[in-house]
Amino acid sequence: MKRYVIAGNGAAAAGCIEGIRSVDAAGEIVVISEEKHPVYGRPLISYYLEGKTDLPHMNYRGADFYEKNGCRVLYGRRAVSIDPETHAVTLDDETQLAYDALCVATGSSPFVPPFEGLETVANKFSFMTLDDAMALKQAAGQTSRVLIVGAGLIGLKCAEGLAGSVGEITVCDLADRVLSSVLDAECAALMQRRLEANGIRFLLGDSAARFEGNAAVMRGGSRVEFDLLVLCVGVRANTALVKNAGGEVGRGIAVDEKMRTSLADVYAAGDCTESVDISCGTRKIMALMPNAYLQGHAAGVNMAGGNAVFDNAIPMNSVGFFGLHAMTAGSYDGEAYEEKDDGHIRRLYVKDGLLKGFMLIGGFERAGIYTALIREKTPLAELDFELLKTGATTAAFPAAERKIKFGGAVS
Amino acid sequence: MKRVYVNEEWCLGCRLCEYNCAFANSGKSDMALALKGKRIYPRIHVEGNERITFAVSCRHCDDPICLKSCIAGAISKTDGVVRIDRDKCVGCLTCVLVCPYGALTPGEDGVMQKCELCLQNSCGAPACVTGCPNRAIVYEERGGDA
Repeated sequence: MKRYVIAGNGAAAAGCIEGIRSVDAAGEIVVISEEKHPVYGRPLISYYLEGKTDLPHMNYRGADFYEKNGCRVLYGRRAVSIDPETHAVTLDDETQLAYDALCVATGSSPFVPPFEGLETVANKFSFMTLDDAMALKQAAGQTSRVLIVGAGLIGLKCAEGLAGSVGEITVCDLADRVLSSVLDAECAALMQRRLEANGIRFLLGDSAARFEGNAAVMRGGSRVEFDLLVLCVGVRANTALVKNAGGEVGRGIAVDEKMRTSLADVYAAGDCTESVDISCGTRKIMALMPNAYLQGHAAGVNMAGGNAVFDNAIPMNSVGFFGLHAMTAGSYDGEAYEEKDDGHIRRLYVKDGLLKGFMLIGGFERAGIYTALIREKTPLAELDFELLKTGATTAAFPAAERKIKFGGAVS
Repeated sequence: MKRVYVNEEWCLGCRLCEYNCAFANSGKSDMALALKGKRIYPRIHVEGNERITFAVSCRHCDDPICLKSCIAGAISKTDGVVRIDRDKCVGCLTCVLVCPYGALTPGEDGVMQKCELCLQNSCGAPACVTGCPNRAIVYEERGGDA
């Protein structure tokens, strides 16, 4: 009987468990879970702050998930090293776990730059884990002044989650716009207006030069007084396990389309990995929950001796603030087709006859049709692209193709 | 497994399926009371261009990418039917971003909804099919991966 070890207990681990069990019903599965919670939807922590969900509903799988899948979960434990020769993982309590196949699904950790005076701040938080969110919720009061450093997805979802239940929220970022890694200037401006209309104040192109107790002295010279500081500057992939064992690591753990690392019988999945973005052909970290699950599942199948590939990863995001949604996918490369009116922007990016990316704000109907065109590299010449420019619809496909797609006809 | 299929050459584009769907899932016993003068939120949608129309609803894929992408773990598949736990859904729309058919839409409350084949409402079988005047939507076994 095989023994599978999974380092981590997020969506990638859940995918890995379900992948293993789709092939091997009997093997032993051991899950090393640093967090003392069963797998939960990590992006839900902002919805938890907001009160839109609660702890029982945040569980990613049913209450019997581990039991049903025959998993032993080591809560509160962390893997500290891998010995690829002997196929063993050492935990932080120095116990050793032998494995036949290992999946490293260690996710990422908040990156905190060395701010001067940060140690003088009493109430500072990260916003990555359920425990972070619970601590923040506990500390936040009706009159709290909150300073969030970082106007990316994590910082802004935190701001949205707190809005309405605290006194004031200021978000600063060195970038000159919100969501700078996802949106262009025009779309970002639209989103920023929506956030500002809901009471969130921005200091962009500016960040804290130093902290003095309950105040930040900004690079621009202003001074921001706060009760709670939330640091959402960025994240770093947790690659140390594989790196220290001599495996290939870039910014993330390098994996191939079967989720294999360069170490024998060691797989990796989720936010700790980097892989090829097929919309542009470059390796990058695509830290998205869908990718984490899909990678984990593929890893699990392969660990159990099956054959699965995940070879069409692209970056993609669906993110909304106060009812305004943005959806993005792929690369913003090539010729751009744009349609916009008040409060709504649709941009499609086309190169070499293929859809490479899109950015939608304020209108998202059937966006997955565009996403599939990118992932499946569907030649646009076979479609009614003029129709697609006005909206995502399967009417743009030839009738014969639609018959295969919808009709249950065998292709 | 029986599925809802559309024969697009027979579709009149009348959108009765959308109304029957919205009514079937309204929980109300009177169609006028349920729908009259209101914006409807059906789980099947008529699409098309100037030449052709057809109704699209969930394909209940063999390998549902919505299920694998849901950040809340709110989508599951049991007995061949892909379902949403509307208490777990937070309305992030990631499923809309990945469904290649455009089969998921938010309901009136912003929570996602999708075709669940009317197996758990009072119809017991797809209302869109029962009400289609030209038999353009059928509920049958065809085999193969839809």
